[in-house]
Amino acid sequence: MITNIKRTTTEKIIDAANVTLVLMFTAIILYPLIFVLFASMSDPRQLFQAQLLLYPKGFNIESYLKVFENKDIWNAYGNTLLYTFLGTFINIVMTTLGAYPLSRKSFYGKGFFTFIFTFTMFFSGGLIPSYLVNKQLGIVNTIWVLVLPGAISVFNLIIMRTYFQMRIPPELEDSAHVDGCNDFRLLYKIVLPLSTPIIAVMVLFYGVGHWNSYFEAMIYLSDRDLFPLQLILREILIQNEMNEMLAVVVDEQYAQRLMAKEGLKYAVVVVSTFPLLIIYPLLSKFFEKGILVGAIKG
Amino acid sequence: MKKDGSWTSNLPTPNNSFSGVKKKLKKNIGLYCIIFPAVLYFLIWAYWPMYGVIIAFKDFLPGIGILDSPWVGFAHFERFFNSFYFERLLRNTVAISLYTIIIGIPLPIILALMFNEIRSKRLRTFTQTISYAPHFISVVVVVGMILFFLSPSNGLINNLIEMFGGEKKNFLADPASFWHIFVWSGVWQSIGWSSLIYTAAMAGISPEQYEAAYIDGAGKLQRIWHVTLPGIIPTIIILSILSVGGIMSVGHEKILLLQNGLNQETSEVISTYVYKSGILNAQYSFSAAIGLFNNVINFSILLVVNSIARKVSETSLW
Repeated sequence: MITNIKRTTTEKIIDAANVTLVLMFTAIILYPLIFVLFASMSDPRQLFQAQLLLYPKGFNIESYLKVFENKDIWNAYGNTLLYTFLGTFINIVMTTLGAYPLSRKSFYGKGFFTFIFTFTMFFSGGLIPSYLVNKQLGIVNTIWVLVLPGAISVFNLIIMRTYFQMRIPPELEDSAHVDGCNDFRLLYKIVLPLSTPIIAVMVLFYGVGHWNSYFEAMIYLSDRDLFPLQLILREILIQNEMNEMLAVVVDEQYAQRLMAKEGLKYAVVVVSTFPLLIIYPLLSKFFEKGILVGAIKG
Repeated sequence: MKKDGSWTSNLPTPNNSFSGVKKKLKKNIGLYCIIFPAVLYFLIWAYWPMYGVIIAFKDFLPGIGILDSPWVGFAHFERFFNSFYFERLLRNTVAISLYTIIIGIPLPIILALMFNEIRSKRLRTFTQTISYAPHFISVVVVVGMILFFLSPSNGLINNLIEMFGGEKKNFLADPASFWHIFVWSGVWQSIGWSSLIYTAAMAGISPEQYEAAYIDGAGKLQRIWHVTLPGIIPTIIILSILSVGGIMSVGHEKILLLQNGLNQETSEVISTYVYKSGILNAQYSFSAAIGLFNNVINFSILLVVNSIARKVSETSLW
């Protein structure tokens, strides 16, 4: 904010209190993540007595080795990579194709198209009719059901359109037309190269969505070889847990197995989440801009 | 496409007759080709399901198709309204949503205000970046983490409770805890990300306003109250309309994962019920009727809230 304003003592106290509160808040947000990271690197047998975990207890990477041995996890990891790359590519192409014409002032029918697009944000057929459509299209239990039905998010389309409106001056388009450039070439050769920041934001938004999605895979995929990582994670983290909650632990051996599995859970969370937590700080400088542009009402 | 004299002019043509329309259509033909795939997408995956909604008024049999299935009027709706579950589903859906909204609107605003008052830019960027990290974690992992921390045998929360002399508790088997677990884990995951849009709005407030307020003798808190807050009111209103308009759609993805036989009494909501009766039990028409009921209520609330906002504050979605 403004730095040339002189601060009174009260204001200095308020500032100090504010910084303290924010730091405490940050610690609360961060701790669960750090806990999982440390737990994944700990000796599973020692985890059971762990209170607050401030460093890995009995450091070892046994759990990670178990994750890497697991065929299901590897296969699912590959599937998720494929779905994320293909899905995001389709998202970017389709969203750009939808957003660009709407950003052109002279586009006749802009209001009509904007309406039929945005209306779907507020009203939809619902889960069952959508399910039946996909069934009828014959894409159930194929990769297409994960990448086509969500090809365009209206919200992202609006963000992109607003970006084009604000950052691509109409004069540029006019002069390209004078030079004999058609709309498609204009989009491909001039608009897109000028739009890398918004495309980076879109890659992140859509990419994260694909990486993390489980519901579509759960209702549409029955072939285990096609399962994405999140479905396998659900089995390891949640379904087993629910079964154990209802079971009573009796013998020693069972308890041993449980502990080993406990370590595997933490490791698999780290392995599945790590790529995203690496990528997002790199792209984070674009967020504020992207969100700001999209937040402006259009 | 060939170079054409009409490309060069961006001036609106005064001619509004039929030939004028034809000329405009022709001039934009390249753009129509570009937008075509997107239109096709919406027709197939947004409007076709809307047409498919008529199965809510029919006894849909997959073998004979939508058109030939017999009409039954409002029978499926009546069955739902009279069912044992109706009241419970409605109560849980509305309660979880309202709880989420009441907590979810003010907290990110407060957080954004706090970020905005941090003077060191580096500290600000650092804390902000951490605050939105949980947004990038999948629901499955978040629920997995909830299970780690709430585990009745060795979860952190129960360990702490025991340390302070309390009794361990199986939170996820307790219907009374479910709403709190759902809402507060949601706060952890989304508060930073939600605050981002307010931070962006605050960045748009002109520094002169702060200087003017300062010259008028406004202290820090007064500047926040009289400059920063009014500056983000339109953003607050827009986001509030959207969240109130989504009141009937609670995050079924997370609920499905958190739910178990013991907490069903408070965890079953309309959208999870639609999934179970429709997808798992293949009662397509009945389930589509419940979904339609849900969407219509949602949409109506959105229309009402939007028009109230337009009258009261002159800010609205459209």
